[in-house]
Amino acid sequence: MLHLLAADDVTVSIDSGNTAWMLASAALVLLMTPGLAFFYSGMVRAKNSLNMLMMNFICLAVVGVLWTFYGFSWAFGESRWSGLIGSTKNFYGLGNPTFLGSVWNGGAEAAATIGTNLPAGTTYGAGVPIIVFAMFQLMFAMITPALISGAIADRVKFWGWTLFVALWVTLVYFPVANWVFGTGWILNKIRAEDFAGGTAVHINAGAAALALVFVLGKRVGWRRDPMKPHNVPFVLLGASLLWFGWYGFNAGSEGGADGVAGLAFTTTTIATCAATLGWLLVEQLRDGKPTTVGAASGAVAGLVAITPACAFVSPLGGMAVGLIAGMLCCLAVGLKFKFGFDDALDVVGVHLVGGITGTLLIGFFGFDHGALAGGVEAKRGLFYGGGGKLLLVQAVAAGSVLAYSFTVTFIIGTILKTLGIFRVSEEEELMGLDESEHAESAYSFSTVLSGGLTHTPGSSADDSVSSELSGKGV
Amino acid sequence: MKLVTAIIKPFKLEEVKVALENLGIQGLTVSEVSGFGRQRGHTEVYRGAEYTVDLVPKVKVEVLVGGADVTKVVDAVVEAARTGKIGDGKVWVTEVDAVVRVRTGERNEDAV
Repeated sequence: MLHLLAADDVTVSIDSGNTAWMLASAALVLLMTPGLAFFYSGMVRAKNSLNMLMMNFICLAVVGVLWTFYGFSWAFGESRWSGLIGSTKNFYGLGNPTFLGSVWNGGAEAAATIGTNLPAGTTYGAGVPIIVFAMFQLMFAMITPALISGAIADRVKFWGWTLFVALWVTLVYFPVANWVFGTGWILNKIRAEDFAGGTAVHINAGAAALALVFVLGKRVGWRRDPMKPHNVPFVLLGASLLWFGWYGFNAGSEGGADGVAGLAFTTTTIATCAATLGWLLVEQLRDGKPTTVGAASGAVAGLVAITPACAFVSPLGGMAVGLIAGMLCCLAVGLKFKFGFDDALDVVGVHLVGGITGTLLIGFFGFDHGALAGGVEAKRGLFYGGGGKLLLVQAVAAGSVLAYSFTVTFIIGTILKTLGIFRVSEEEELMGLDESEHAESAYSFSTVLSGGLTHTPGSSADDSVSSELSGKGV
Repeated sequence: MKLVTAIIKPFKLEEVKVALENLGIQGLTVSEVSGFGRQRGHTEVYRGAEYTVDLVPKVKVEVLVGGADVTKVVDAVVEAARTGKIGDGKVWVTEVDAVVRVRTGERNEDAV
């Protein structure tokens, strides 16, 4: 975890190793959003596949702009209102000279200065320029609203969604990131353990997804019409890109290149392997076949669950976290049929359930790494003689983020829906959102129907094909 | 003139094509189609949700033949397409009123 201090308190010099890793990590995490876009797009029907990609890609654009103006400041500025939000003044525009010259320091002085929970003597995350950290954290802010989109696939107006993303990151993500990663109360007052965002990212997005599914209602024909994934190879490709990018997400959350980053990298790998096996095992026993979509989903469930826990559990603990999450999430995706809510791509079943699982399992598998962490003592969970206090704190963190996100998202969603700018008409939904929202189609394989063989009158049959362009831009 | 239409299993197309070529057939038309007969479909499961796929992919082969060759063509197709398992498909023959070769304007038997 990285810890911020006010810019003028910083005097340490830049550590090029840590800085290089954080720049690389930021780029890795950026790749997760397009990866998620493919993971989701492959699971929807062909007529909505571009819209699904766009719902994710627009998050990059919108959040990047808002982050520059006030997002980073709200999330990581000096604490205001008893740890509920960061100060807007600190980092507005990411451009003031003090800011650009500032270096992040996770060391003892920093901890003392801003009252974080980092014990004395640690050097982790030291010497990374604040602007690098700002970009790393921006990528988290981009992917979190994108995660929500899968739940409400196939039924939302594009600009309505874009407006929702802007409002949601402003009112939900930036404050919650402040609580969990920044100067706020979850990290600094109750001191829950969430290494890379099980609460701020996954429980947050999963709870928002659940709220929006209730606000928007089911898709036309849900449970009557077949809604099969249209491109399963995209699903696995997307999951693989997510796995790759997740190393930046989890190991990068150490804030530097060191042993704890290596541990996070290790548990991330092992948990994902175990979760894939767990999901496939449940499928084999329940449905009789192991599926490709199941393997992709299991991997993502494992990545979600290990996110909060990756530096707080042992490699074997990580394996247990992954296995439990893979099996549990495989069972949880059936809940929507039982309770009748149309969470199209199982954001609740994978991200909310997986996020809660990982966050709470720290309370059991929390492990003290001693020397690896430079002598910094980590809290022990129930299985390592730490008692139930950590589990309780974890539950408070998970429950608070869940409740806050669900409530605020429900209000934002209801307002947008009442204004008539959120859900598409039934006619548009049946036509498909690629056509109705974007006037495009994803696949034009038919040479006849896509106009590839349009012929100019008067030319002989052997002439090369010519096509006539007409349009505003030509 | 007759039109022989065969609905066959997709992986049998190559054998049917070779059998027809051996009979000296000059051309045929192939389309990918879907449908069901007594075989019906199958079930797919995505994240625990079952989808019944009623329509099975098949290949449709259409051959125009002169009246004299019909039986030979039908027999060749049936023999080549048969696996003996359910879902092998069907072959039927229909009467054709007129045929024109587009390039030359030849008509009927000359155009087959």
